[in-house]
Amino acid sequence: MTVIDGTLKLDPEEARRVRQERLERIGRWVLPLAIMILAIWLWDRICVWNEIPQYILPRPGVVLWTLYNDAGLLFSALLVTLRITFLSLLLAVVGGVGLAVLFAQSKWVEMSFFPFAIVLQVTPIVAIFPLINIYVDNQTTKLLLCAWIVAFFPILSNTTLGLNSVDRNLRDLFKLNGATRWQQLRYLRLPAAMPYFLGGLKIAGGLSLIGAVVAEFVAGATGQSSGLASRIIEAGYRLNAPRLFAALFLISLTGILIFLVLSLISHLILRRWHESALKQER
Amino acid sequence: MMREKVAQAPALDVAPTLLALRGVGKVFSNGVTALSDVDLTIREGDFLSLLGPSGCGKSTALRLIAGLSTPTSGVLDWRGGGSLDRANIGFVFQEPTLLPWASVFDNVWLPLRLKGISRAKAAPAITEMLARVHLTGFEDAVPRELSGGMKMRVSIARAMVTKPRVLLMDEPFAALDEITRFKLNNDLLELWQDERFTVVFVTHSVFESVFLSNRVVVMAARPGRVFDELAIEASYPRDEAFRTSPDYAALCRQASDVLVNAINSTAGSHHDGH
Repeated sequence: MTVIDGTLKLDPEEARRVRQERLERIGRWVLPLAIMILAIWLWDRICVWNEIPQYILPRPGVVLWTLYNDAGLLFSALLVTLRITFLSLLLAVVGGVGLAVLFAQSKWVEMSFFPFAIVLQVTPIVAIFPLINIYVDNQTTKLLLCAWIVAFFPILSNTTLGLNSVDRNLRDLFKLNGATRWQQLRYLRLPAAMPYFLGGLKIAGGLSLIGAVVAEFVAGATGQSSGLASRIIEAGYRLNAPRLFAALFLISLTGILIFLVLSLISHLILRRWHESALKQER
Repeated sequence: MMREKVAQAPALDVAPTLLALRGVGKVFSNGVTALSDVDLTIREGDFLSLLGPSGCGKSTALRLIAGLSTPTSGVLDWRGGGSLDRANIGFVFQEPTLLPWASVFDNVWLPLRLKGISRAKAAPAITEMLARVHLTGFEDAVPRELSGGMKMRVSIARAMVTKPRVLLMDEPFAALDEITRFKLNNDLLELWQDERFTVVFVTHSVFESVFLSNRVVVMAARPGRVFDELAIEASYPRDEAFRTSPDYAALCRQASDVLVNAINSTAGSHHDGH
């Protein structure tokens, strides 16, 4: 820890480093913010200078105004999308971790079933959806299944990796102490897999939102959905560009928030022991 | 020549035999002979060092004794026949091998926890053990907040908390700096003299093995085998004065000569530049 006050004399090199660090800390926040403001301002100017009509490219102010004006409509749609997103994320956690634990019980089980998880992962969800549409009646179930297929894989693959990455000596230690399979899972493998799982969770959070929106898009084409995606489709038909932008803005914001919340959870869980959560000390 | 020396080991025969390795060999699936025809008798209360160059099978021997691995040939004859209950074996690895997410207290609790003993019930034993390794006040720290020496102390406390009859140590202090190593040597000896458990200590340091042990078993490589045994007859307690005494220096020279012979015995038969 470097304490900076009148009494501590720093040589020029150290002083430069302290200054550098402080600048970097401020820059990390200020720079992206400044670029964003500049871009919005430029966007606004381009609209004005070229006299672009609102239904092609609305000015940022108009988008903000629409967000406020259509708040009731947009936010109720957002809630529908959020419900699907979180339910599917929850199912992805349960399914992903559950399958990973099952795979960890035996190499044979993993060898037998992991390829199918990969097949499910690499097939584009929009191509699967028409099939789901035929076999599943319930609208919510349809969307959930869709978002789940997109979101569960990173959790499954990361948790599987984590469960298999336990230190050999620790494994021997448990064996020496006569640990049961369950004890080894509970006290060793699951905690050891935690950082991997949380990494997968961060990816899955974004994917479950994408999965929910994509599913609504495909379903919404038939007018059966009331989520944000269907609002976007609707606004597209009506050339209501401001609302399109407003909805897009809400979706991005939601994605960012989900990522931030999951990052925070991850940090809180790992901050005491895992390298990834530690501040660099020199 | 070596067999005779084992048989002659003076005064140490008094203690009853705890474990006898008879003709023990281990061949790995890749064809490497890690151990060949090892005869070794471990007595109750011994502080026995396995000293040798890398590749001499000393860690393999330790794993066989721990029951983490089974011999290809020969037998391990525990006193009274059959294998000693694993609960009676403590193992200290070269790395501290702690659970990084658990506190010092919970790390030491682990062996008891695995036996189904609750945290509250185990607390007195854990607190006492932490005091024995001079870690009182660090109960709530997590491993990454500790120095290398302190982590090793936790590892020793964890191995000892079940009050094992045998403590197996696999080059436990090899990664520590000399000052810390000396300190831990002293503390380990103190623990051993108080409790009189049996220690099998794997090391590649002549000085460490002579300082700690009453018996130094020198091993040679390719194939891994027992080369010779030395009785270290200096009395306990051994302290810093012993470390600088002429007796200690003479014993170190003696052990060092045997080790050099052991290494040359390998280099002579199949020289491969190691």
